[in-house]
Amino acid sequence: MNIIVVGLSHKTATVEIREKVAFSPNHMQKPLLELIGLDGIIEGVIVSTCNRVEIYATTRDIAGGIARIKRFLADYHHLPLESLELHLYNYHSEAAIRHVFRVASSLDSMVVGEPQILGQIKTSYGYAAEYKSSGIILNRFLHKAFSVAKRVRTETKIASSAVSVAFAAVELAKKILGDLSSKTVMLIGAGEMCELAAKHFLNSGVKGVMVTNRTLEKAEKLAEEFGGEAVRFEELFEHLHRADIVLSSTGAPHYIIGPKDAEEVIKRRRFKPVFFIDIAVPRDIDPKVDDVENAYLFTVDHLQEIVQANLAQRSLEAEKAEEIIDQEIGQFHKWLSTLEVTPTIVALRTRFDEIRKAELEKTISAWKDLPPDAEKRLEALTTAMMNKLLHVPTSVLKKAGQGGRVDLYVDAMRQLFELESLQHDNEELELEE
Amino acid sequence: MSQIFFYLTIALYGFATVACLMYLWRTTSLLGTWTNRLVLAGFGTHLLSTIHRFSSSGHLPITNMHESLSFFALTIVGSYILFERKYKVTILGAFVIPIALLMIISSNAFPSGINELNPALKSNWLWIHTIMAFISYAMFTIAFSAAVIYLIQQHFLKKKKLGALFQKLPSLNTLDEINYRCLTIGFPLLTVAIITGAIWAEKAWGTYWSWDPKETWSLITWFIFAALLHSRLTTGWRGKRASLLTIAGFLIMLFTFIGVNLWLPGLHAYK
Repeated sequence: MNIIVVGLSHKTATVEIREKVAFSPNHMQKPLLELIGLDGIIEGVIVSTCNRVEIYATTRDIAGGIARIKRFLADYHHLPLESLELHLYNYHSEAAIRHVFRVASSLDSMVVGEPQILGQIKTSYGYAAEYKSSGIILNRFLHKAFSVAKRVRTETKIASSAVSVAFAAVELAKKILGDLSSKTVMLIGAGEMCELAAKHFLNSGVKGVMVTNRTLEKAEKLAEEFGGEAVRFEELFEHLHRADIVLSSTGAPHYIIGPKDAEEVIKRRRFKPVFFIDIAVPRDIDPKVDDVENAYLFTVDHLQEIVQANLAQRSLEAEKAEEIIDQEIGQFHKWLSTLEVTPTIVALRTRFDEIRKAELEKTISAWKDLPPDAEKRLEALTTAMMNKLLHVPTSVLKKAGQGGRVDLYVDAMRQLFELESLQHDNEELELEE
Repeated sequence: MSQIFFYLTIALYGFATVACLMYLWRTTSLLGTWTNRLVLAGFGTHLLSTIHRFSSSGHLPITNMHESLSFFALTIVGSYILFERKYKVTILGAFVIPIALLMIISSNAFPSGINELNPALKSNWLWIHTIMAFISYAMFTIAFSAAVIYLIQQHFLKKKKLGALFQKLPSLNTLDEINYRCLTIGFPLLTVAIITGAIWAEKAWGTYWSWDPKETWSLITWFIFAALLHSRLTTGWRGKRASLLTIAGFLIMLFTFIGVNLWLPGLHAYK
């Protein structure tokens, strides 16, 4: 049995193409059932996010399976296969396992280490489980992918640092001010970046937001949106001392806050520190403000530097993650290979023969005056019994091997007779979170 | 017996110091757990060694430099353990535990014989006076470490060098809180130590205050921390200034504690 992957992602296709191939999360039943209805495709899962569309499937016929899934993707979305195929990649066997582990661990994401992808794959798997398009192999495979992703997350620092300017600002604020729940943000001016940062601060639980703007209506509108308080621009310095975090992005051609202002504000705050963030170009806050004690001024460029450094750190951590994935691939591959028919039959015979020999040994050693040829006869008798008992299961297994869901039989057989410790490492078999 | 525990303690503090510095270098939760365990084990053996010495001599083991330095290390580590629990700042250990290690190693450099107790010291005031003084010293040591880290962090922030070390060290706010908390515990204890010392001096030597070097330097230490506490409470001093004053106060305190004993002759010179 082979695992195959066919798909496209931000690395191979533009957003226009990705949109055309995307599957709507509300209508997953139809494509999933069509997918496993394809000739030679046994199990299937469809992952569809804004950055990637991928199909995971199991098949006995790798080349045929991949071709049929490509055709399915094109037909389902009414696209010409020739043009779509340029954007599609495909993997099979070990490469397929590696690919899915990397995707789940967020190593293949646009922003390496971003946390959403794991949840998205879990949701996609949820549909496949609901409509029973995934079976024993993909179930196990995806749960393994989830646990690998979890391991990568806990054992590397791949997702531990901020990689957006707004988030970096929040992290930095915590480093200066500690717990943000008692802190207030002052927003001077408006602007996309400024509002985004303000939203991040609100999400991290700041106590309140003040908004000021040269046009009071704008300030009031924004204040309402954030559940904050609007302040007249002329009265800025009467309120500035209440702010622990000051975000500024006005279109003013000159500095709004100078070092003298900052000094006064901080004195009025009894020297409690203030985190100034200047997003405006040209700048709103005089760089000399940074020389004022307990004032910490950062510009977008500074924050951008932090983000760049964090990204570099992430790529270092990604190497460690690849090592973890290498280890896990080996384990999973081993399990997959146990699902083949022939080794299972051999293992089954060995297990029965062991029992037969052990019992025979016991009987003979306890038997006092054993007739001369009894041992031979007993040997023949037990062997004949064993062969008779094994005949039907063996032929059913062999027959199943030529058909579709052989892995079901094989797995059942291995579990019923404990054919080897199948490493039931208790990977949580239900969806977590 | 107490010797075995004593050397075990030196070894454990040594390992704990290594673990703390490694934790600073490579911060993982596993290393953090082991660091805490080593510190706790060292504190345990240290406590046993101290108790054993106490029971075999019949008086608090703080009558010579060997005992005092060891007792100082004990209170430092004990206070660190409490602060680590409260503020979750294992990283503080990288600054505090080496000080404790230094103290216990220098303690070992002094003769470790058990002294006959000076008759002037046979008093219940000894207990209160010295224990209060030692705990306040430990508090100022923690405050000193927090102040040093504060200055480091502030330097990183002002120079916009926000590297790995910056990420690992605590926030300015936490450091300032630790500084303040140490001050509010340490300062009243130092005050009590000085007052009980005066009462005891009256009983033993017949005068409350004799401008003995130890007394003078304690008063200087007291004034520095009083000034710090005062400006914190009235004008809201904090951050860099508070840190610098804390460091100055700690250095003078260290001189009061060790320098006076060694270099300045006087009633308190218990070598």
